Amino acid sequence: MSKPRLVMVGNGMAGVRTLEELLKIAPNLYDVTVFGAEPHPNYNRILLSPVLAGEMTIRDIILNDHDWYEGNGIRLHLGNAVTRIDRVQRRVIATDGTEAPYDRLLLATGSNPFILPIPGNDLPGVISYRDIKDTDEMIETAKRYRHAVVIGGGLLGLEAANGLRLRGMDVTVVHVAPWLLERQLDETAGKMLQKSLEDRGLKFLLQKQTEMLIAGESGRVAAVRFKDGMQIAADLVVMAVGIRPNTALAEAAGIYCNRGIVVNDTMQTYDPKVYAVGECVAHRGTVYGLVAPLFEQGKVAANHLANFGIGRYAGSVTSTKLKVTGIDLFSAGNFTGGSDTEEIVLNDAAGGVYKKLVIKDNKLVGGVLYGDTADGPWYFQLLRDGQDIHEIRDHLLFGQAHVGDVGHQGHSKAAAMADGAEVCGCNGVSKGTIVKAIKEHGLFTLDGIRKYTKASSSCGSCTGLCEQILSATIGGAYTPAASNKKPVCACTDHSHQEVRDTIREHRLVRIADIMHFMEWKTPDGCDKCRPALNYYLISTWPKEAKDDPRSRLINERAHANIQKDGTYSVVPRMWGGLTTPDELRRIADVAEKYQVPTIKVTGGQRIDLLGIKKKDLIDVWRDLDMPSGHAYGKSIRTVKTCVGLEHCRFGTQLAMSMGVKLEKMLFDMYAPHKVKLAVSGCPRNCAEAGIKDVGVIGVDSGYEIYVGGNGGIKTEVAQFFAKVKNDEEVMEYTGAFLQLYREEGFYLERTCHYLARVGLDYAKSKVVEDEENRKALHGRLLDALKDAKDPWKERIAGVERQEYEPLSV
Amino acid sequence: MAEWKMICRVEDVPRLGSRVVKSAAGDIAVFRTSTDEVFALRDACPHKGGPLSQGLVHGTQVTCPLHGWRLHLDSGEAVAPDVGCARRYSSKVEGGAVFLEI
Repeated sequence: MSKPRLVMVGNGMAGVRTLEELLKIAPNLYDVTVFGAEPHPNYNRILLSPVLAGEMTIRDIILNDHDWYEGNGIRLHLGNAVTRIDRVQRRVIATDGTEAPYDRLLLATGSNPFILPIPGNDLPGVISYRDIKDTDEMIETAKRYRHAVVIGGGLLGLEAANGLRLRGMDVTVVHVAPWLLERQLDETAGKMLQKSLEDRGLKFLLQKQTEMLIAGESGRVAAVRFKDGMQIAADLVVMAVGIRPNTALAEAAGIYCNRGIVVNDTMQTYDPKVYAVGECVAHRGTVYGLVAPLFEQGKVAANHLANFGIGRYAGSVTSTKLKVTGIDLFSAGNFTGGSDTEEIVLNDAAGGVYKKLVIKDNKLVGGVLYGDTADGPWYFQLLRDGQDIHEIRDHLLFGQAHVGDVGHQGHSKAAAMADGAEVCGCNGVSKGTIVKAIKEHGLFTLDGIRKYTKASSSCGSCTGLCEQILSATIGGAYTPAASNKKPVCACTDHSHQEVRDTIREHRLVRIADIMHFMEWKTPDGCDKCRPALNYYLISTWPKEAKDDPRSRLINERAHANIQKDGTYSVVPRMWGGLTTPDELRRIADVAEKYQVPTIKVTGGQRIDLLGIKKKDLIDVWRDLDMPSGHAYGKSIRTVKTCVGLEHCRFGTQLAMSMGVKLEKMLFDMYAPHKVKLAVSGCPRNCAEAGIKDVGVIGVDSGYEIYVGGNGGIKTEVAQFFAKVKNDEEVMEYTGAFLQLYREEGFYLERTCHYLARVGLDYAKSKVVEDEENRKALHGRLLDALKDAKDPWKERIAGVERQEYEPLSV
Repeated sequence: MAEWKMICRVEDVPRLGSRVVKSAAGDIAVFRTSTDEVFALRDACPHKGGPLSQGLVHGTQVTCPLHGWRLHLDSGEAVAPDVGCARRYSSKVEGGAVFLEI
């Protein structure tokens, strides 16, 4: 049987992205034909401005070369516009008479520049700014002529003006509104922008209406005349007054259009066989001209073309960045505000920095940044996530670095970084390498950067920086995904939240059932999703779900930590950091017997035996005769203690005893990530409780409990959670908080990240303020851990024996 | 001369799991997929020598336990964009027994 035929009209970014998404999820479903009016393969239209400015070449901005089309078996007709759609016989007809029948049609006709209806608008030397041809013409004109007039002070107009100026022309920008970029900026930022562009030699005529374009003796345009009678010289007029969705073809075929081709949430037009994406589309009354929403549309359309039928497009919040090198400008959402919004403003006119954040109901709804836009992506993320910001409100304007949420402090101005500067310390990736990968491979996502450069793929502390570099390099094309909607991995489109909810709602207890029910794209997942699913199952259904060792990464499977040479390290548990002469003797004996090359005291108050061969692990555990320290798990690690009231002259509480009780309660507790606790006997806090997931500090009248601390990749100070009276309450509050985190946290999310996502107040409302819920949470934790077994003892007894025994020929 | 040698029963290798085979030529990792196909690679990742037998098996790939490189089990080639190759050994299952050509 022959494959169904998919014909795409329009070979631009939105359409080709849709094809890419389609090929990714259903590679051989369709026989694909593409018609493009331009003679070029798909290129990055957004980067025409850097080309005009001489910073890039056409070759740099090609996204899919001819080999790509060929390699994917796509029939490509370039320089051949489709002139008619015959919906009855389901075929399209192109300029040269080529016909292509379709079973599904994808319209991605983009938009046309709007040409002012004034006399002279068709003179030689009058152009728009839309494609490679326009760009080439501007570059050529700049070589031979002097005076350029750009009509339109929007993003495109300013980028064109800047490019022409850099090419040596005398450029005047004519704009009808009282300030530049009036749709992206408020008046203050607009004026600041105008001043810095004037410093670069551009001239501006604001609130001017163009009446006509006048031809010179050669027949070429020579002057622009305004309605107030003023006239200026012009050898080149660039019209950049907006775009109009290109709906002519669809309209002629009787497909319903208003501002654009009308589509529903699945990107279908009124003809169910015809889909449409991109700038030609009107979705819920909105036409998008920025690339990020178009990509989201493409993903949804691809999902339906692949017959998956689950994606929905619900509209986009967009952000804007001007691609004029050296001018930093960012705006998003509702930045003008209204009677029901509040504003936080920083205005340093002399320093050239202006920031305005618009807040409604404790949420960020819009913002304008000028001069310092390093935090733009972060604000945009807050905005898209709808995160409650009242806890960070007083630092909000000073950016992410001031709320302690970036790794490499002081390096947050991605655009100002030198190419050689190291971004990813784990994998040794410099900014230049990342920028090069973005340009060469046409990357638009953080995942792309991870795949091609490895940056941000290890510890993740440079994620923010990578996002900034991405947004600085490709501008508005980059939109961070809302963090609670990011897919678990490439095997699925579902987010961690959706997976957790589904497991609970549908009582799924096996990994294979989740993958089947949620339509995983791979037969048995990958190293990213399987450990996550396994954790979600055992934490949601501790009795019903069975742990799958094959879905655990090596450390948790072997119950020891793999080292770079393939040997393992063994850390026996020392409750609360306490040990005995007997234990120390046994450790010494084991170290000698198995010739352990390195013995190290750990930061968690116990002893690490490094360099043990895998086949010796079980014997080592047997000889040690101590419980597993779980130093290898996304699980309870240690409870660090000071000597407390037991010995210390300043002690107020029995810290060691409290620590041991907590550690015994939590033994063998798996969690989204590792969990570390500490108990200090007085506020001098020798056990460093301020950087633990749960830190307990003894005071004269009881204990203070702190949560969400972290001493790792980026230091997070634990936040005050509750004041309690006695040991029993410490156990109950701590247990309840950790159970909440176990039930709601996303895999590999530490408590500090979990709290950043849900808010400390939320956790307090569930644990501190709701006694009944607290007791229920604590009860569920105890219930889940009731039958906890020591994994080392189980393995000594023969469980998973094959893991430790090599085969021989 | 390479010859077929019996290593173990299929069920000795867990589904979506692996075993190490000690041989005169060094360690060999034997993998079993969810569809009971069996593959064998030299037990060293082309990146930094990580023991692939300790990795996580998914589809017909294994992810190295040290730095997360993914390799195709049927060819030993790293999954793009990484570049590298672990030596592949021919394997077969006959009568429920796993054979390697070594």
